[in-house]
Amino acid sequence: MNQFLAQHGNEILEATLEHVWLVGATMLLAMAMGVPLGIVVARKPWLSKPILGSANIAETIPSLALLGFLLPIPWLGDRADRLAITALVLYALLPIIRNTAAGITGVDPAVREAARGMGLTGRQILFRVELPLSVSTILAGIRVATVLTIGIATITAAVGAGGLGEFIFRGLAMVNDPLILAGAIPAALLALGADFLLGILERLLRPVR
Amino acid sequence: MSEPGNEIIIEFRQAGYRLPSGATLLRNISFAVGRGETLVLLGRSGAGKTTALKLINRLVEPSEGEVLVERRRTTDWDPIALRRHIGYVIQETGLFPHYTVERNVSLLPRLERWTDQQVHTRAQDLLRLVGLDPGIFLERYPHELSGGQRQRVGIARALAANPPILLMDEPFGSLDPLTRAEIRAEFQALQRQLGKAIVLVTHDTGEALLLGTRIALMEAGELKGLYSPVELAESQEPVAVAYRAQLRGLEQFLKGGPQ
Repeated sequence: MNQFLAQHGNEILEATLEHVWLVGATMLLAMAMGVPLGIVVARKPWLSKPILGSANIAETIPSLALLGFLLPIPWLGDRADRLAITALVLYALLPIIRNTAAGITGVDPAVREAARGMGLTGRQILFRVELPLSVSTILAGIRVATVLTIGIATITAAVGAGGLGEFIFRGLAMVNDPLILAGAIPAALLALGADFLLGILERLLRPVR
Repeated sequence: MSEPGNEIIIEFRQAGYRLPSGATLLRNISFAVGRGETLVLLGRSGAGKTTALKLINRLVEPSEGEVLVERRRTTDWDPIALRRHIGYVIQETGLFPHYTVERNVSLLPRLERWTDQQVHTRAQDLLRLVGLDPGIFLERYPHELSGGQRQRVGIARALAANPPILLMDEPFGSLDPLTRAEIRAEFQALQRQLGKAIVLVTHDTGEALLLGTRIALMEAGELKGLYSPVELAESQEPVAVAYRAQLRGLEQFLKGGPQ
């Protein structure tokens, strides 16, 4: 064990950082797209089907296949991390969109009616009432998406995007269990850690305690 | 139709409202409300009272006729300016659950860019006005209040930016009878103090007689008549008689004592 760590420790750390970078970049992009899309879904019912439908379809494509589909696309396929992050964002979107929409539509209609009746603009209702009241639901979606992304990001090593998946694929090829675990354990720890931290944040930001 | 002694603030002219699906919720409604008047819309559920109220602050727009606020058609007003000009109290109160009482009542003054000092003073005055101790209640959240306290805060919030018009949709609806009587009495005092044009929706005849300077009887989307409280109490028209029966039942019960 110690010997293994001495031999691979630096490599594991590097792969973990790569993994965190993949997941972090993915989550930033997914939130930047998912929250606005969720707002649109909640506000414009006629757009809800196409948006949720597309996100749902992306979710159902097996990850290796999705990477394969994206590979020939000109700009995307040029760099492995670009490709990986695109695929990961597609997976991370659905929980974020769905929870954002659920949070907003879940706001008490009387509260919305009062806000409208007292003369708040649509934007004021969104930023002062609907979003603050949805924060913990949205965060729950982000939490699910993060854990999901940490897992799927191990697969993107298949296209050379790096990260902890490298160990897993190498271990599989060499039938070397310690190598597989060297990728799997840090990935699992990352997922648990992210889940725990975001869970705390979610509870802190719950509007009514 | 009416004889408002002074300046007309709200006027309905043959106003009607149809849902996009075609169902008619209101037809041919005409009345006027002057400053210092309280018009009560009395009728059973589904009579169109709430819709009539929403025509005034343009939460819905008339499909026929017109509704005027301060002699301007509501559709000519900027909806945001119109609504900030009108206090709106709904039965469920719609208090913002993530805001303290203070932030709830001061939201509009803040949006209207009052100074911090003004906002703070106003919040305290408002709570006193509705009979709540500011020292105790300003920092509370809505879920820490009783139903009656929430209703009071709802009224305080509607009065915050000092609107000349007040719309109240069953503002005392979810209260127990004793609290209700108490808040009503305070509301009467407020009414005299504030001199606003008030439109209040209720299905309670007693409340209508007590609080209204005039009472509009509504049924199935139509205005069945406009009465002063005394006229309603004496009218021989069937609707008026029917509504009085609601009261008579209570009186008889009170005279007869508990069975």
